[in-house]
Parts: sequence; structure tokens; C-alpha cells
Amino acid sequence: MPQTAIAAEQAPSNRALREFLHGLPGVDEVGARERAAGLATRSVKTTAKAAALDLAVRMVDLTTLEGADTPGKVRALAAKARRPDPDDPEAPSAAAVCVYSDLVAVAAEAVRGSGVGVASVATAFPSGRAPLEAKLADTRRAVADGATEIDMVIDRGAFLAGDYRKVHEEITAVREACGGAHLKVILETGELSTLDNVRRASWLAMGAGADFIKTSTGKVAPAATPPVVLVMLEAVRDNLAATGRAVGVKPAGGIRTAKEAIRNLVMVQEVAGPRWLDPALFRIGASSLLNDLLMQRAKLRTGAYAGPDYFTID
Amino acid sequence: MSSEDGPQAPTGGDGAAGTDGGPADHGGTSTNRKGSRLDGQPLEYAPAPESRSVVRLREAYDPFIDGEFAPAKSGGHLTTADPSDEEPLARVAVCGEADVDRAMAAARRAYDTVWRDLPGAERGKYLFRIARILQERAREIAVLETLDNGKPIKETRDFDVPMAAAHFFYHAGWADKLAYAGMGPDPRPVGVCAQVVPWNFPLLMLAWKIAPALAAGNTAVLKPAETTPLSALLFAEVCQEAELPPGVVNIVTGDGETGRLLVTHPGADKVAFTGSTEVGRGIARALAGTGRRLTLELGGKGANIVYDDAALDQAVEGVVNGVFFNQGHVCCAGSRLLVQESVAEEFLERLRARMALLRLGDPLDKNTDIGAVNSAAQLERIRALAETGRAEGAEAWSPPCTLPERGHWFPPTVFTGVTQAHRVAREEIFGPVLSVLTFRTPEEAVAKANNTPYGLSAGVWTEKGSRMLWTAERLRAGVVWSNTFNRFDPASPFGGYKESGYGREGGRHGLEAYLA
Amino acid sequence: MPEHRHEGAEAPRVAVRKTHKLYIGGAFPRSESGRSYPVASADGEHLANAGMASRKDARDAVAAARKAFPGWAGRTAYNRGQVLYRAAEMMEGRRAQFAAELAAATGAGRPEAEREVSAAIDRWVYYAGWTDKAAQVLGGTNPVSGPYDNRSAPEPTGVVAVLAPQEAPLLGLVSVLAPVVAMGNTAVLAASERAPLPAVALAEVLATSDLPGGVANILTGRTAELAPPLAAHADVNALDLAGAGELAAELEEAAAETLKRVLRPDPAVEWEADPGLSRIRPFLETKTVWHPVGT
Repeated sequence: MPQTAIAAEQAPSNRALREFLHGLPGVDEVGARERAAGLATRSVKTTAKAAALDLAVRMVDLTTLEGADTPGKVRALAAKARRPDPDDPEAPSAAAVCVYSDLVAVAAEAVRGSGVGVASVATAFPSGRAPLEAKLADTRRAVADGATEIDMVIDRGAFLAGDYRKVHEEITAVREACGGAHLKVILETGELSTLDNVRRASWLAMGAGADFIKTSTGKVAPAATPPVVLVMLEAVRDNLAATGRAVGVKPAGGIRTAKEAIRNLVMVQEVAGPRWLDPALFRIGASSLLNDLLMQRAKLRTGAYAGPDYFTID
Repeated sequence: MSSEDGPQAPTGGDGAAGTDGGPADHGGTSTNRKGSRLDGQPLEYAPAPESRSVVRLREAYDPFIDGEFAPAKSGGHLTTADPSDEEPLARVAVCGEADVDRAMAAARRAYDTVWRDLPGAERGKYLFRIARILQERAREIAVLETLDNGKPIKETRDFDVPMAAAHFFYHAGWADKLAYAGMGPDPRPVGVCAQVVPWNFPLLMLAWKIAPALAAGNTAVLKPAETTPLSALLFAEVCQEAELPPGVVNIVTGDGETGRLLVTHPGADKVAFTGSTEVGRGIARALAGTGRRLTLELGGKGANIVYDDAALDQAVEGVVNGVFFNQGHVCCAGSRLLVQESVAEEFLERLRARMALLRLGDPLDKNTDIGAVNSAAQLERIRALAETGRAEGAEAWSPPCTLPERGHWFPPTVFTGVTQAHRVAREEIFGPVLSVLTFRTPEEAVAKANNTPYGLSAGVWTEKGSRMLWTAERLRAGVVWSNTFNRFDPASPFGGYKESGYGREGGRHGLEAYLA
Repeated sequence: MPEHRHEGAEAPRVAVRKTHKLYIGGAFPRSESGRSYPVASADGEHLANAGMASRKDARDAVAAARKAFPGWAGRTAYNRGQVLYRAAEMMEGRRAQFAAELAAATGAGRPEAEREVSAAIDRWVYYAGWTDKAAQVLGGTNPVSGPYDNRSAPEPTGVVAVLAPQEAPLLGLVSVLAPVVAMGNTAVLAASERAPLPAVALAEVLATSDLPGGVANILTGRTAELAPPLAAHADVNALDLAGAGELAAELEEAAAETLKRVLRPDPAVEWEADPGLSRIRPFLETKTVWHPVGT
């Protein structure tokens, strides 16, 4: 357990960052997998399941991140986020829509007044391979167009090369460019390869000012695997103890079913703690997940299994 | 975990948790959120009980001798009860001398006339059949075991039953390959085996005994524990279903006296016992000079060594799993935590937080982590030793947890301020009680870990490979789990040094006890 | 020893006789009890007085063996093999003495005694070769179902009390002692009560063969006096009852008190036969080590 977090303001040296990050307790991969698998055997039924499904819906960052995205596609997505189940006025809204930066204005217009946020990926998503100036311009533009949340990617190349200072500086700079928007830092854990790296990247991002740490872009497999989410939840838990600041976690990519979403909530509860059972501190980046959550809701409500044709595809 | 000397939290996040200032609200109000607002509140898992309807309990059970269930000549019986609510489950025979004689004679006959000379490949097929039937009836067996033992369904379902099936599957394959078991080109079976198993893993311990015995060409008379006889009797049905020749496996139920009659029976060529060191000692004494072979798997006081460079989160899991698995009713439990002083405080903080998540209650609930203590007698023993710990000045801590009113329950408990001299650090408690000691150097850790008459298991947690190997080499224990704990496998030999007994179960080594 | 009277004017030389002492912790002490007992040849002729070890000597020997155990067990197997081979070399150099003592003790003819000495020397060589092979033969990798490295390896059990066979005072003696120490155990051996002199000679060989003090401790005396305290001693891990005779059952019962590993006597034992692993295995523990495999 680190005694100190990394100072965002002090622009720490690479050596100081390295000493800190490599001084974190290691992660035994097999043990972490077993813990995650053990939590997956928790059974959530009846009333608890209903509450969990609603909470999961409210945690969804409904996402479209395709080269073929259009204003029309984004408007449809926004409508879905606002009112996921037209047949059930009780169904809550999703947390946000998540789009590319050039479509932020469309999205912002489409969710106006609904309480649904607009998240924009920025910083040369998904690879992150662009000059910092370009990344900052991308970020500023998205915020100016109405993004309430920025999902940035870290420079995995720099991270893997041991240039932690560069990663830290970029996050700090983007943080600055975000202004009032919340910053989610995408670690792209599938490229970090080890859980030790996931833990280090989590602390690096938190220390540089991330409001959220996010697993993946969704463009690289594996994405939000249970052990990765487990390690990130441990990081935010320990960071709270060390600094008093609660950072959110967002698994993205690979969570497609209500069952997987609920397993994530169980992990949140037992690893980070109930405080994180809140859209302010836990999000799920997804697209097809939402309909499965709605189908499960319908099943609980009506007692009959639902069919996909009864839920809108956007 | 102080943040005093740390920098201030960066701006922007502003401790958004638990407030309405979360990012989702930036776009406006949250008027259309109709879902129940649980934000920051615990998700209460609703009860998820496994159905007991898969089990058809009989009112009374006869012993299984020579392929049949027939009333015991002794006429005695005992009642086995559900430890979680003390409700009686069934009446079970207490076999006497005549019954044990009959079972031993049946085993001898089956050995002489059928089993010994059956080609190994054919013997093996019976074991494969048994493995498959155990898998097919897994749900039923798991529920029955949980009812009779009190352990969580999660464990019987995911561990006891699949592992028992795996033991039969593993040993089935040995039956026609015994020439490769390292006992010479033409090893012979030993003969008739008298086997007594404990109540902590009733079916699994049966599998550990019967599978290698049968694979090697021996026949067996097995006595399950007084308080957990039902899964062995269900196993007898499995033998019938597999059409195992009569007499190859015999199950005699009863109490300590039945066990004594069995292990001292002159018809036994080999005796195998798993249980307390005290009883094991008595058996070793009784068999002295008889020439009968004996293996013993006895008690332990396993040390779990946590170095300051350990992967702490996994070490916490390992320590929790090490001592609270199966309510601590595990001979190889890591009941002594030896944590390096430099991380002790932080480790204990994490450990307590983790213990607070353990769910104690209805063993049939799939979310239960800690079930019931198997018997009133065992509960009394745990209580007495825990009381000794307090009286000797150690500090006890348990997470807040409500114990059910009926049944036998003991909360997960950790003792700090323990020294080697405390009884809780020396005696096997066989319950969910962890004693915490600290050390400063690797030499001290090893010296303290080995400072016990037992030698069954030990754990070591470090991210440094050479230190792990150095430590493992010096630990006087039959099983060393490094960066893990309480892992078992049919291919992996298990058994102790010193007063934890002798002989190994599992793997090629385990066959040695059943071959001559 | 017969004394020779020389012809001539010189005064007859008085032979220097050997005092037969115990061998404990690498030293040759007298019994703390100050006792000795007469040893006779096969045909009843007085040969020498041998030290008669007491219970306290047995206790001291166990303490010496315990002290030597970690160091000896921690030696490389190759090194232990070299030390055992050195014992064979040293014995070879003293063939004549061993043959003479054996002939006197058993009444065997000289060629027969020579053959037994050869067999005893060869047995050291045999076990010298086992030291770095038994772990491969008896241990191995276990293919467990999961992401774990899992290995089993034999380790010495600790301090072994050995009751040397009463007959076969040399080949039997080496046959029980060598396998115990070969694998890293340390031994407290009670020599053949009737014919202890080859054991004393062997102690002298061991003392000059790089075997660390305390690894092999050799007591002479009454088996019935030495065996019970050894069998009951809580710091003894295992017991070889080869020479226990009538005492075997009672000693096994005493050994049960601390769950000692017991090698029961085999009435049909043939010391000349290839022993294989039969006397190595009983004094080994199998240790199994698990470790996760991951990044």
C-alpha cells in the first residue's frame, strides 16, 4: 500500500514515478483470477436483482465508436439512452452517451435536458498516437461542443517503455484542457499485458488527476476482464484510503449480458465497497448490454422471458 | 495508510462519490430517473437457497456389506442431524463386532475370488463408472453433504464432489499401469483395507481412501464419521449402480468403538486413518508388532508466512481461504499467520476488511461463505480454545455477524498479540480461528513455522522467487503452498511430516501405501 | 591381541591395545557411565572391552545428530555422494583390520570375511551413487488441473535411530547406516550387542572420511538398554528396527507416541541382496510444493 499518491501538480520525475509505481504490492495473476471467479459465483436474485438491473442501466455509457457513425446514428443512440424502454416508463435512463469528438455537438443537442451525459473519446482514440497538441485540441473542441465527460487514452507505448513521466504529463495536460468536464483515463489493459501493469497504470492515472479509470477502448481484446476490473477496483479502494479521494472505475468492452454486468456490481460491492455502487463512481461502457438489461428487467416484471424483437435496436 | 505526507488530491475529482454532483448530472436534472436509487447503498443479496428436494432421505440406513444394505446385527443406531438447525436427518446403524466381522469377511472373499485377479483394465473401468456416476449425481450428493456436514453448498458443489469424482477418474487410469508406480515391475495389492475417515470432507476423504485402494487391487471396509455418515451410504448406492462386485467396498457406520473394531481387526492387511493425532497415535500403538501396514493423515497447525514483498491482496485471500475454508475444519488449515512486522499492521487492516465480507449462515444458500460447525462437541472445543486465547491475553476480533439461533455456529475470529507460547498458536483448533504472529527475518519465520510437533502444511507469500524456494526448502511440512493455499489435486501427493502422520495420499506416491 | 616374544636380548615389546569407545558428535568419548562390557569372539575368547553406552549417551547422541542434521541435509547431493565414496575408500585401506575383526566376531573363515568386507565397501559405493538420483526417481512434476506448478521431492526425515542387525556385524551394519545418511538424515546407531567391534572400526573410518561430526553416531552396549529411550525420544523422527529382535513390537509401540516412521525388521532379509530403494524410502518425506503460473 503506497503511503503517498503521486502529485499532479509537482510534475514528478520519471525516477520518482518509477520508484512509486514499482513499489506497489505485486499482483499474483492466478490469485486475482481466482478471486474474481469466486465473486462470480455470488447469486443475486429477486429484489436484489431488480435493484441491480436498474442500477446497471443507470451506469451504462451507451457507446457508438465506429468509423461509420453519423449524426442520425448518434441521435438514435441518444434517444435510446434517454428512454431505453419505450414500453416501460419506469425504466431509468442510461448515464451517458459516448461518441467520437466530432459528433459531440449532435449528441449534446440530442440529450439536452434529459440528465444523460455526453462522453467523448478524445486524444487520438483509440491508439493515442498523435502529438500532444492534437490531443489537447481534440479535447478542447469536445468540451466546447458540450461534452460533459472526456474519455482519453494513455500512451501505452510510453508506459511500456517506462516513460511514466510522459504518460503523467499527458494526463495532466488533458485534465487541464477538460475544464469542468470529468476525465476518464483509458488504460487499454489489453495492451498492458500484466496485472502488475494494470495496477501501476491505475495509480499513475489517479495521481495525474483522473476522475475515472477505464479499462479499454473496446478496440483491443481482451478488454474488461474480471481480473482487470478487480485490480482496478482494488486500486481505487486503496487510493481512497491513501488520499481521501474516490476515483471511479469504468469497464468497457466485453460486457454484453446482464449477468456479466451484475457480476461486475458484485465485484464493485465486495472489492471497492458499496460507495462505488453509484453511477458517479462506476460506469459500464457498452452498447448491446443495455438491451439485455432491459430484457432481464422485463422478465422480472412479467415473469416471462423476453425476446430481442421487443426491444429497440439503435 | 496515512495521507498526511502525501500531496493534496488533484482538483477536478473533488470527491464526487456519493454526491449528486456526479458526471451524469452535468447535462441537466435527473427527473426521469425512475429506478430505485441505491446509490452508495449495499446491494443486499437475496437468499438463494439450493433446493433440498434433489435429496430423498430415508428414515433409517443400514450398513452396506457384501453389496447389500442389511440391518446391523448390533441393533444399535444413532441419529445424524443437520448441524445448521439441529434437525434430525436420519437414523444410522451403529455397527458392532459381528457387523465389522461380516464386512471384513466380505471384503476378504471379494479380494480372493474377484477383485485381486481381475485384470487392471477391467478394475479401472469400474472406477471410471463410479467417477461418472458421481458427476451425474453431483447436485444430489452436494446437497446431502451440506445437510449432513453443515458446510456451504458452494464448497460441496464446487469442491468436495467434483474433487471426489476426479480422484476416482485419476486412479481408474492407474489400475492397469501399476508396473509404472515405482514399486517394481509386478506390484501386488496388499489385501483387505480397513479405512476410517473424518467428518470434515466426508465424501472426498472416502474417495482419497477407496479410489487408490481399489485401483491397486485391494478391497475395502470403510467407516465414515459418526456425525457425517450419509454421503458414504449414498456412495454405497453408487457402487451398486456401477455394479461393483459385492464385497469390494463395504461401508460400516457407527461411532468411535466401531472405528476401533475396524482398525484393530485382525483381518485387515492395511489400515488407513484420517483424523486427529490423538486417535492416530492410539492406532499406531494398537498396530505395533502386528505387521499390518498403516498410513495416517492427522492434525496440523499450518503456518502461512507473509513476507513484506507479498502480493498483499492475494495474500489476504490466501490467508482467508487458508483458515476459513470449510469453517476451518481442515487438517492443513493455515491457522497460524506469520506476517513480517513491517507490513503487519497494514496486512491486518486488509485482512479484517476482507473478513467483514464473509457471509455466515444457511449452508444451503449459494452465497454463504461460512457454514455451521459440524457438531456440538466440536463447537465446544473451538469455544474452549478461543476462551483460552483470551485468557492468555491474546486479543480476539470477529467481524460483526449475527449467528443463527439454532445450530452450531462460530464466527470467523482472528487473534492478535499471540506468541508461540499461547495455546491458540500451538494446538489445532479445527475451527475458523486464526492466530497472528509476527517475524522480522526469513530465518525467524522459518524457525517459528517449524516450531510445532505437526508438519502437514505451510504457506509462503513473496514475489521473490529465490526467497520462496529458500523458504519452501526449509519448511518441515508435507505440502507447501506458495502464493496460494488449500489447493488439492488427485495427482498431487498430500500428507505430513512429524506428528501429522505418515504416508501420502494422491499421485503416484499415494499408491505406494496400497501396493506391496 | 597375541603378544610376541622376540628372540634376543631386547626386552619384549608390549603391544599398544586399543580402547573401544563410543562415537558421538564426531568425537570418541567414553560412556558417561564409565561402564564397559567384555566382547568375546565367536568361539568365546575374550577380544576386548567395549564401551557400554547409557541412556544418557543415547540422549547426547540424539542431540549431536539433531545439531548435525540441517548442515548435512543442506549439503548438495553430489557432496554427500563424495563423502560416502570417501568412506568406501577409507574402508578399503583398512580391509585387513575389518577382515580380522569380522572373522573373530563371526567365526567365519578368512576368505568369507574378506568377501563380506568387500560387500560392505561396495555398499558404501552403491549408496554414494544414490544420493543424487533418488530425488529424480522418487520425485517429479505432478500434472495438476489448474495454472500451478506442482512438484514433489523427497527430503530426509531427520534423526533416525538405527538398531543395527545383531548378526552380520559389518555388512548388515553398513547396509542399515549408509542408506540413512546417504539421503541427508543423521543417525544414532546402536551396534550389534554381541559383535560391536566392527562398528567401532567403522566409526574410525567415518571420522576420517569427511563425514561431518554428528551425522553418524555409533553406540555400543546393550540393545535392550539403548533402544527404548531412542524409540521414545521425541526428537527422533524414525526408527530402524533391524536389530530389535524380540523388542520390536514394544519399541514400535513406544515410537507411536510421537508418530515416528518405523522400519520393521524383515526376518527374511538377505544382506547380500541388492537393496534397491527399500532402505532409502522409509526415511524420506515427500514434500509437495505448489506455485501459481502467471504473469
